[in-house]
Amino acid sequence: MKGFWARFERNRAAVFGFSVLVIVLAVAAVGPFLYPVDPWELAGRPFSPPFGRFPLGTDTLGRDLAAGLVHGARISLMMGLVATAMAVLIGTVVGAIAGYRGGWVDDALMRCTEFFQTIPSFIFAVVLVAIFQPSIESIVAAIAMVSWPTLARLVRGEFIALRHREFVQACVALGMPERSIIFRQVLPNAAGPVIVTGSLMVATAILLESGLSFLGLGDPNLMSWGFMIGSSRTVLRQAWWMSAIPGVAILLTVLAINLVGEGLNDALNPRLPR
Amino acid sequence: MSPRLRYAGRRLLLAVPIVLGMAVFNFLLLHLAPGDAASVLAGEAGGVTPELMSQLRADFGLDRSLPMQLLIYLQHVVSLDLGFSFRHRTSVLSLILTRLPATLLLMGAALALSVLGGVLLGVLAARRVNTWMDNVISVFALLSYATPIFWIGLMFIVLFSIHLGWLPTHGMAVAGAGTTGWAHALDVARHLILPAMTLALFYVALYTRLMRASMLEVYTLDYVQSARAKGLPEGRIAFKHVLRNALLPVVTMVGLQVGHMLGGSVLVETVFGWPGLGRLAFESVFARDLNLLLGLLLFSSVLVVIANLVTDLVYSVLDPRIAVS
Repeated sequence: MKGFWARFERNRAAVFGFSVLVIVLAVAAVGPFLYPVDPWELAGRPFSPPFGRFPLGTDTLGRDLAAGLVHGARISLMMGLVATAMAVLIGTVVGAIAGYRGGWVDDALMRCTEFFQTIPSFIFAVVLVAIFQPSIESIVAAIAMVSWPTLARLVRGEFIALRHREFVQACVALGMPERSIIFRQVLPNAAGPVIVTGSLMVATAILLESGLSFLGLGDPNLMSWGFMIGSSRTVLRQAWWMSAIPGVAILLTVLAINLVGEGLNDALNPRLPR
Repeated sequence: MSPRLRYAGRRLLLAVPIVLGMAVFNFLLLHLAPGDAASVLAGEAGGVTPELMSQLRADFGLDRSLPMQLLIYLQHVVSLDLGFSFRHRTSVLSLILTRLPATLLLMGAALALSVLGGVLLGVLAARRVNTWMDNVISVFALLSYATPIFWIGLMFIVLFSIHLGWLPTHGMAVAGAGTTGWAHALDVARHLILPAMTLALFYVALYTRLMRASMLEVYTLDYVQSARAKGLPEGRIAFKHVLRNALLPVVTMVGLQVGHMLGGSVLVETVFGWPGLGRLAFESVFARDLNLLLGLLLFSSVLVVIANLVTDLVYSVLDPRIAVS
């Protein structure tokens, strides 16, 4: 663990990303308590500019933008994390079985993975959410559905590289059940790349979610950053900051996660050339 | 038959089951949608008469068993019948085909811009590795990589259209101008600049990073050493020897990104009111014209399959070892 931190710390960009991420996480966790304003409440005069009575101004209906930003942090991170967790779960199971078993199982699972990879992901997500009506569940499921193939291919590759190693043969000789070999013995050895890719996938998931809610396919009960941009884009000429501010929040969060992901890559796979 | 042609034929055959699979998948989605499949096919348009609904039911055999329905659906798809959009009062396919050129123009421009920009910046960064130039390029790539595409489009509008007044914000041509020939082309080009820049930005970042890494890797190979030993100038080594081989991963990536770019164009076309497939997808979401939306999904999936095929062929031309093996 100490060696891990030392290696992570050497990447200054990753440390910067980590600090930004900690701030966003803190805002998501305690922000709504420290800034207890309902993001849907019509708090004041519409179109108030930032740095007045409201720290970031109000939107077209007079809702407090700062409150929206704080609540949006929670939604964006939560959606990103849950969707990625689901995608990692599906991708790991599919990739592990395909890579370990090989043969026709591998062929079938990989055809399936390639199939899902061919479908244009964002359009697919739009279709899924449109069909099942926008809600947290449908959005998270749609993002997971379009994200898992990358991970399945990665895990499969790792498993193919590992499955003929001696420790696996030893487990087979000991009569260990296949499920334990796959998930208890081989998978931990593939954890590094999975963690790195998974962390980068959170960033992609947040971008996907913001794109969906920008199009009006967000959960109608949740204030999200993409929705804030989408709802104020018609007044760009009068009030550009309404669209600009939530976008900066998305940009910083996604950038921070990407930087942390790269730092993790350097720290977890120190032998890889940069 | 030449090995390349045989290779192309084999790839084409492999694409057939994928396209069929996509049609089956579309059929499943159609049936997963809440409500009666006939009402989905009718685009949930309120004005559809009961007679029309029953005709739709008969057309798609919706009163028969599910496997039978699938067969009928596939028959329709194979004969290029994607159904009828009652909102737009035309067939889905003709609607898609009238919107396709605008999207292809946008994607083509963005593709050219991103490859050109990415290769240029990547080569520049790799030749000046670990200098301030490399760092500036890396920061630019990192930022562009993390930027929501629709947001940067809006910010471009704020800067270039509202503040500077240089470029139009909306559409593909000035409405009602009725220009033709070169004047029209110029008008479209002016409207194209911002959407193409917006769509390209993410890929410029992607290709820059890829190109930089790929150049650095090729630089370590022995044949570059021999070129240096021969006393060739550095610029010649970079462009004649390293660049060509370093381009291969970029070509693969460009092919793989077509589907991703189609998704991006939904957002970009929505922001800029560009009258292409993406804008059509957005409109069909709002009108709840799910059949049109599913038609778009199927069509764009097929586009991706075609793009992958073309990429494979281009790759086999660039790297003949692929087709032979």
